[in-house]
Amino acid sequence: MDNHHTPISALGLLSGGLDSMLAARLLMDQGIHVECVNFHTGFCIQSHTSAIRNPEPGAKPPRHDALHAAQLLGIKLHMVDIAEDYVRIVTDPKHGYGSNLNPCLDCKIFMVRKAWQLKEELGMHFLFTGEVLGQRPMSQRRENLPHIEREAGVEGWLLRPLCAAKLKATEPEKRGWVDRARLKGFHGRGRRAQMELAQQLGLHDYPSPAGGCCFLTDENYSRKLQDLWHSRSERRYTMDDILLLKAGRHLRPAAHFKVIIGRDETENNFLSGFREQRWLLQAQGIPGPVLLVEGTPNEEDLTLACRLTARFGQGRHADVVTIRISHDHQEQLRQVAPLPASAIPDSWYI
Amino acid sequence: MADSAPNSADHPPQADQTLDARRLLCPLPILRAEQSLRSLPPGAILAILASDPGIQQDLPAWCQINGHALLALQPQGREWIGWVKKGG
Repeated sequence: MDNHHTPISALGLLSGGLDSMLAARLLMDQGIHVECVNFHTGFCIQSHTSAIRNPEPGAKPPRHDALHAAQLLGIKLHMVDIAEDYVRIVTDPKHGYGSNLNPCLDCKIFMVRKAWQLKEELGMHFLFTGEVLGQRPMSQRRENLPHIEREAGVEGWLLRPLCAAKLKATEPEKRGWVDRARLKGFHGRGRRAQMELAQQLGLHDYPSPAGGCCFLTDENYSRKLQDLWHSRSERRYTMDDILLLKAGRHLRPAAHFKVIIGRDETENNFLSGFREQRWLLQAQGIPGPVLLVEGTPNEEDLTLACRLTARFGQGRHADVVTIRISHDHQEQLRQVAPLPASAIPDSWYI
Repeated sequence: MADSAPNSADHPPQADQTLDARRLLCPLPILRAEQSLRSLPPGAILAILASDPGIQQDLPAWCQINGHALLALQPQGREWIGWVKKGG
């Protein structure tokens, strides 16, 4: 790939956040042909929360940040679904977890390795990311950056345009493909330098830097995933599992079953799509939530779930509420008294 | 190949293939659409059914960066249907 008659090309890992957009622009402004890749792990926060919940009045529809960033930059985006392979990264990370169930180092190594494979398939020259030295506690620590490259098998070929000036020169710089003097030396958790650069480059429409990009960094989500693994006595999950952990209130009244309660109409609709192999409960003739039961509930458990359904609906003060139970293409009605709030211990909430 | 002219709700484009991406959260409807288009020739029309409201912004963006034509994107109750003509 030393042929200088071929335009120099680089493949970037694009989250859609400001940093990866800036990194792409810095290289594009040097005349480098840039394409990007975005990986779908199943844990991306992106717009999922807003897609599952009722929209705020006047809110714009949610959007996929990387797609939008690629559109703004005018570049090709390769969207790659790695969710299946990603399971072993989440369930058995070689380098362990961060403060929650986030296997950030393993994740970065895995993605860089996958991106390298794609770069090879596309016949491009090198890889780049929008990483900033010291910005994130695990994957962007100075001592971890070389380790990521080494373990991913891309040593010297991963350029970080936003902090390159503070790192050893990479092969693309040594070979004169990239002008090192035009790269940046950003470091630390501050955002000012990036925002100033965005201003200079005329990039205005980028997502807020405040939010994380992965549900695994979220304490509540991680607790629910941990509970799922604990209830199954093994670390495994399906795509439906990880989607359901994003929606509703989760309560576990007993080890062998849990309930998921919709919090608004959109979430009720979302949960209804997961009725297969579960029990779906809803009050008859009274507004209220959809409640899904997961696990191996017995009749008594289902009655409790009915009483919870009544409790979280508008019939909570009625003497009796009729609940429709749907399971395995069959339906039954059950009349129950709503469970009083005092009968729901805090320990049930996951 | 299907004719792509009329795009109104009354005369939706005639699709060569339909993808049911309801229940999937973005970007999965887009990833599935990309897979479906791979097996279709340029000019073919793919209809995509989706329930994630993100499709309203994601489908136009995806079409633009990949050179496909978005013939129409219409709400159907709580869902959306989009018709994409594969680029060359």
